[in-house]
Amino acid sequence: MASMPDMSEHATRAARWRPAEIVFWLALLACGFLFPSRYLIMTEILRLGLFALSLDLILGYAGIVSLGHAAFFGVGAYSAGLIALHGFIPEPVLALIAAGLIAAVLGFFTSFLVIRGVDLTRLMVTLGIALLLEALAEKFSDITGGTDGLQGIVIQPIFGLFAFDIFGKVGFFYNLAVLFVLFLLARCIVHSPFGLSLRAIRNNPLRASAIGIPVNRRLIAIYTLAAFYAGVAGAVFTQTTALASLDVFSFERSADLMLVLVLGGTGYLYGGLIGAVVFKVLQDVFSSITPQYWMFWIGLVFVVVVMIGRERLHRWVMWLPHRVVQQFGRKASAAVSGGDAS
Amino acid sequence: MTIALETIGLNKQFGGLAVTQNLSLQIAAGARHALIGPNGAGKTTVINLLTGVLKPNSGCIRLEGNDITDLPVHRRVLQGLSRTFQINQLYPDLTPLETVGLAVSERLGHGGDWWRRMGTRGDVNDEIAENLARFHLLDVMNERTATLPYGKQRLLEIAVAIATKPRVLLLDEPAAGVPESERHDILAAVAALPREVTVLLIEHDMDLVFIFADRISVLVSGALLVEGSPDEVARDPRVKAVYLGEGADA
Amino acid sequence: MTTLLTILFDGVAYGMLLFVLACGLAVTLGLMNFVNLAHGAFAVAGGYVCAVLVNQSGWPFFAALPLAFVASALIGVVFERGLYRHLYTRGHLDQVLFSIGLVFMAVAAVDYIMGSSRVFIKLPAVLDGQIDFFGVGIGRYRLMIIVICGLLTLGLQLILSRTRFGSRLRASVDDPRAASGLGINVPQVFALTFAFGCGLAGLGGALSAEILGLDPYFPLKFMIYFLIVVTVGGSSSITGPFLASLLLGIGDVAGKYYVPKLGPFIIYAIMIVILIWRPNGLFGRTAAR
Repeated sequence: MASMPDMSEHATRAARWRPAEIVFWLALLACGFLFPSRYLIMTEILRLGLFALSLDLILGYAGIVSLGHAAFFGVGAYSAGLIALHGFIPEPVLALIAAGLIAAVLGFFTSFLVIRGVDLTRLMVTLGIALLLEALAEKFSDITGGTDGLQGIVIQPIFGLFAFDIFGKVGFFYNLAVLFVLFLLARCIVHSPFGLSLRAIRNNPLRASAIGIPVNRRLIAIYTLAAFYAGVAGAVFTQTTALASLDVFSFERSADLMLVLVLGGTGYLYGGLIGAVVFKVLQDVFSSITPQYWMFWIGLVFVVVVMIGRERLHRWVMWLPHRVVQQFGRKASAAVSGGDAS
Repeated sequence: MTIALETIGLNKQFGGLAVTQNLSLQIAAGARHALIGPNGAGKTTVINLLTGVLKPNSGCIRLEGNDITDLPVHRRVLQGLSRTFQINQLYPDLTPLETVGLAVSERLGHGGDWWRRMGTRGDVNDEIAENLARFHLLDVMNERTATLPYGKQRLLEIAVAIATKPRVLLLDEPAAGVPESERHDILAAVAALPREVTVLLIEHDMDLVFIFADRISVLVSGALLVEGSPDEVARDPRVKAVYLGEGADA
Repeated sequence: MTTLLTILFDGVAYGMLLFVLACGLAVTLGLMNFVNLAHGAFAVAGGYVCAVLVNQSGWPFFAALPLAFVASALIGVVFERGLYRHLYTRGHLDQVLFSIGLVFMAVAAVDYIMGSSRVFIKLPAVLDGQIDFFGVGIGRYRLMIIVICGLLTLGLQLILSRTRFGSRLRASVDDPRAASGLGINVPQVFALTFAFGCGLAGLGGALSAEILGLDPYFPLKFMIYFLIVVTVGGSSSITGPFLASLLLGIGDVAGKYYVPKLGPFIIYAIMIVILIWRPNGLFGRTAAR
């Protein structure tokens, strides 16, 4: 029998940083210097990407379909707004973490509702929670400002050093930094045994418990974490726009989010970020054609994506990058296999 | 004789239908015990009761003397009771390496680690390598399970159960659906299971049962009909009646 | 006491209307296990057809109602054959995405063609005002709704339990494979049932212009209500959704009257509690497989 291969080499292969990933992040950073007139739209994309990353954690990895992920976004947004408005925590980064934690607490408690029952029940419960929060925010208008939203939010400088400017430069880099840190965390998690067990649960919950995976505990954990991410996305939204209004909870927000993630592809973390770019570009194109009726075209994209099939669409989209990777990869893999043979 | 797995007066009803009736089984430690019975005898229900997928209406289940009747599925696995599935229950998107790695990680208590990449613990890696080598899966360890040939998937089904280091292993028709050419590998893997692992084989295929088992229990309509050595069971007129009555597919 | 009775009456009318609107969804979900969030779009189609016929072409209201049914049923059959049937075997995520897309398209299309403001249908004088019934004011329009929807419900029950089509449908629900083995044309049964459900929704849409308000956003606003009817009621029979509709209707009307401050909060909260307590619905064995 041949000698044992190096297991750690094989087992950590999926987690290794690829050149394309590094290029991706450098490109994002470069955008901040190349397009100074586009900070606002680019910030929107980053924020949407972060929000979609959050959905990817539960949908792409754990297989939980949610119709109401905006619930956590909204809670994060209002928390950040109220924290700033009343000056509880003046420093934005700490306030951001606090807002994320508040959303995470909500996520933790609602996760028990979500892990029960079949897909349909999950859809209803997630949708119901978002609607319920929207109704609450509307009713308690003395706290939330009702349909007008929170007024007069002023965000202090980050670490007391970097004040948010009207061009959105600081907002952009702030957003990018938050996204990058949370992305690193997510990347670490999905390649860990914990992250792998989520994929196992999505693939086959019956077998997952049959090899000793505590299915419910894992789902609760990832749902709570995803709520934290969504809450942070919401908080960033409030901090960079100084707005928090009822539409943060809206069904359309949850629905668009699913489209964003599906456009970019689920289960590899970059889907949400790529989808956010595609979605914003589409939105821009559609609203320049028909300012009032762009919803029709977004709807059409939903339908077409599903009719073509997500997997097939993905193969088409990834065709060019794959060819490029193959060209580079051949040399790299030749080097690796050469090393193995010796 | 030490008892590895024991059921006492196990009952299960679906609606008004009693699918398991007052079932008391004793599986001796290290035994190669087979549970057989015609179609519809309730074999699958017994497995589901033993593994915790179903809860019995009454009766109890003991694993090495400990009452496990109320434990959830994954806790029983950690206590040393694992199973394979009659129809492959694998993770289509994961590789054999990842699948076995998960089982090993969970058993060693590292399954919840989120701060560390898979494959960075030497003890886990060694066990994965040993397991994959034993079940001839090293050559395909980085391929998606969904793309593996059926026989390899069947082997992985057993490999992942063994990776949980069970002291009692329930084998649910391990050779079901395996083409003749790949059958030998499966049988060899089953025969090569370590002696200290107690095996309860749930099987339809009589040839396999008589090659493998040193003790046989016959289940009919959810109740125990006969139990004994293969010879005793083979000679028993009631067993013959059941199987001849059912037809010749056994 | 009289307000209580009025609330009860309005609630029953509201509930029955919801049932007619949503029972098609019970079929799609229960029979085909298809999560169709676009069900309300078919209701809107019927409602607008009725509105155009009555307001612009001068048709009598009662003549336009059946046309609302027919129009929605036709649209339903076209969509079922053209799009939906390709997705029966797909996962719930795909179905959700697809039907959300349809809703968005419907909303924008109706907005584009008919404008975004709420549409009213000119009602015949017979339906105006109230009847005084032992001191309880009973709206004529709501009375008509109860009569029409009550008759429809009875009719549905009879079709399901007494006709050949009903038994085929039940067989197809229980086990599509066995049913097709028995020579039942399951896809055809699905298509007909889907179209019929859309037709009912269209009729409901026409009737709801007066009570729920008909505008392009109708499918989104009431989506949750339709889903509540089906998930809380369960989809193994039509009795479950019917009772759930009545509960929802009465609960909503009473809630708005007694605790207007909380708005739809109570409904959502109750729904969540019920679904936690009985994931397959209050009255259902198997809401979704």
